[in-house]
Amino acid sequence: MSDAIEKLGMPKWGLSMTEGRLVDWLVEEGAELQVGDEVAEVSTEKIDGVVESPAAGVLRRRVATVGEVVPVGGLLGVIADAAVSDADVDRFIDEFQASFVPEEAEEEAGPAPETVAVEAGTLRFLRQGESGEPLVLLHGFGGDLNNWLFAAPALAGQHVVYALDLPGHGESFKDVGAGDVDQLVGAVRIFLDFGDLEVVHLAGHSLGGLAAACFALEEPARVASLTLVASAGLGEEINRDYIEGFIEAERRRDLKPVLELLFADPGLVTRQLVDDVLKYKRIDGVDEALRAIAGNLFADGRQCVVIADRLAELEVPILVVWGREDRIIPAAHAERAPEGAQVHILDGTGHSPHMEAAGDFNRIVGGFLAGAGARARQ
Amino acid sequence: MAREITYQTAINEALAQEMERDPSVVVFGEDVAGGMEAPGEDDAWGGVLGVTKGLYHRFPGRVLDTPISESAYVGAAAGAAASGLRPVAELMFVDFMGVCLDQIFNQAAKFRYMFGGRAKTPMVIRTMWGAGIRAASQHSQALYSIFTHIPGLKVAVPATPYDAKGLLIAAIRDDDPVIFLEHKVLYDVKGDVPEEPYALPFGEANIVREGGDVTVVALGRMVSFAEQAADALEDDGIDCEIVDPRTTSPLDEDTILESVENTGRLVVVDEANPRCGMACDIAARVAQEAFEDLKAPPRMVTAPHSPVPFSPVLEDAYVPSVDAIAAAVRETAGAPSPA
Repeated sequence: MSDAIEKLGMPKWGLSMTEGRLVDWLVEEGAELQVGDEVAEVSTEKIDGVVESPAAGVLRRRVATVGEVVPVGGLLGVIADAAVSDADVDRFIDEFQASFVPEEAEEEAGPAPETVAVEAGTLRFLRQGESGEPLVLLHGFGGDLNNWLFAAPALAGQHVVYALDLPGHGESFKDVGAGDVDQLVGAVRIFLDFGDLEVVHLAGHSLGGLAAACFALEEPARVASLTLVASAGLGEEINRDYIEGFIEAERRRDLKPVLELLFADPGLVTRQLVDDVLKYKRIDGVDEALRAIAGNLFADGRQCVVIADRLAELEVPILVVWGREDRIIPAAHAERAPEGAQVHILDGTGHSPHMEAAGDFNRIVGGFLAGAGARARQ
Repeated sequence: MAREITYQTAINEALAQEMERDPSVVVFGEDVAGGMEAPGEDDAWGGVLGVTKGLYHRFPGRVLDTPISESAYVGAAAGAAASGLRPVAELMFVDFMGVCLDQIFNQAAKFRYMFGGRAKTPMVIRTMWGAGIRAASQHSQALYSIFTHIPGLKVAVPATPYDAKGLLIAAIRDDDPVIFLEHKVLYDVKGDVPEEPYALPFGEANIVREGGDVTVVALGRMVSFAEQAADALEDDGIDCEIVDPRTTSPLDEDTILESVENTGRLVVVDEANPRCGMACDIAARVAQEAFEDLKAPPRMVTAPHSPVPFSPVLEDAYVPSVDAIAAAVRETAGAPSPA
């Protein structure tokens, strides 16, 4: 029994999110909730997601109505123990609504990306979280630090989370030279040195997974744990149509079907997501960078760098997460993970489990990192 | 890195970055270096509203003030383009095109075609258009349909700072003559623009807003008016899809037709005069290609068939209003107008 009243708030997914639209309630008023239960569906300009319960208790009020647009941090509902009186719940709602100021007015307070000056230009990163063992996140081919929009804030409670834009990507420098793995690994090293990060947990998605694994093989002493998400480097197969389609598409109608390959549910690809990727692809130097990387690492529709056998050399804990419906790199590659690795294959999820199954993903990674951290401290 | 800058700054940045990248890019026009009240080169004003400010000192010898003779310097631009440079000529107001139209539509627009594809004419004519700054009938027109009519020209009408920078860079890199129309009321509008150079392809419309009830096609300053109308209509339960073609030549007909296929209703908003304009053109294309999809006649919201008035009251009444757009959408959607 507790007399605590918890707010079910509009989450903030990604830097630019200022509001979300309540698509549907997934539970009735009066439902018993555990932490992490899915409570409501929310759509944003960029992506749709599910809001999870922040606390155990009863969903006492569904404050927001279906279709309503609520600012980030605004009140969706109220969770409290059944013993808390209706009057107290109503007072909580009234007081919250009277004092709530949408974030827009004070957006300067939010985390903003920073840059590191390096020889080839700048590397951009976003730091979230105040304390804890550092975690560095590396996105995939054609992606950027915003791909971690659901994962980074969730993991920032326990870690200082750094999401990096790899060379050729996001707002980092675009001249990737030959476009080989060494360059990606070198960028990670430069970033860690810049941040005085001696030992980090390293996680990478797809191409970023390959970069993370190669860094760990080169500098095992600097890696506390390795998380590979639908990672490249574990087998030869890769969807050539995706890689080539992504590079060639110059227009919305060409790019959209390509991006839909990333998800089990193609409905997740919003107009804004397509526009954002197009804006990135139009930047001078990006086309050359993508072609160089693909030509080096994914030539002729095969992965050219496969390091699965070498991962057994690593003594650090390894986590492998995959979506069973991955249409870019087959989930069967998860079987190549070394003995002793934790392997999770998520049903109903495609190549981007960190976006498509964010709740499960965050719990799996959070739990893994807690265990890995404990091990490292022994 | 993306940051908020104005439409005017975005245009200046596009010019500077292309001049930096390609030494064959040159800028000329009336007052593009010196200009209004400038005591001399050291205080180069950068055109009548300062759009080219800073380029004169940064790119010595490549920013040229011309005599007040549009036919001379637009012709010079066409010749320079045909012989190896990439000139960006500034026509102070689009209203002055009458003076130099032969150079544009009989010369620049025809070179590639008449020389069997063996000549190219990579020139850009930047010019200000649009009503709203009390500049009277000879400095306020919306004449893009005249250029759109002529094969051999490409025509851009950017509505946002992002589009202005990307389309101008694409225009400069294009091997055909491009008429680049900057709405003077938009110069102070701010928006997110990447610092790095990028080219936005011509002929790709922007879906400014998605909606399933009525397709609203709008250009230039009218895009933000359409957005305001759509906000008001949302409260009445009407969802507008706003399509900004961004370039009128080439025109992204596919995106407009796909949208109308979905909504079955079309309103075209055009600040230009109503006869033989983009509104007619788009409405006619949709009527011909998507007649079976239409649930109601296409509607056009335009300025009246009149010169732009000098009287502020009349000028404000001349420009299509947010209310007029909302009323047209309601009418085509069969919704009652508010009491």
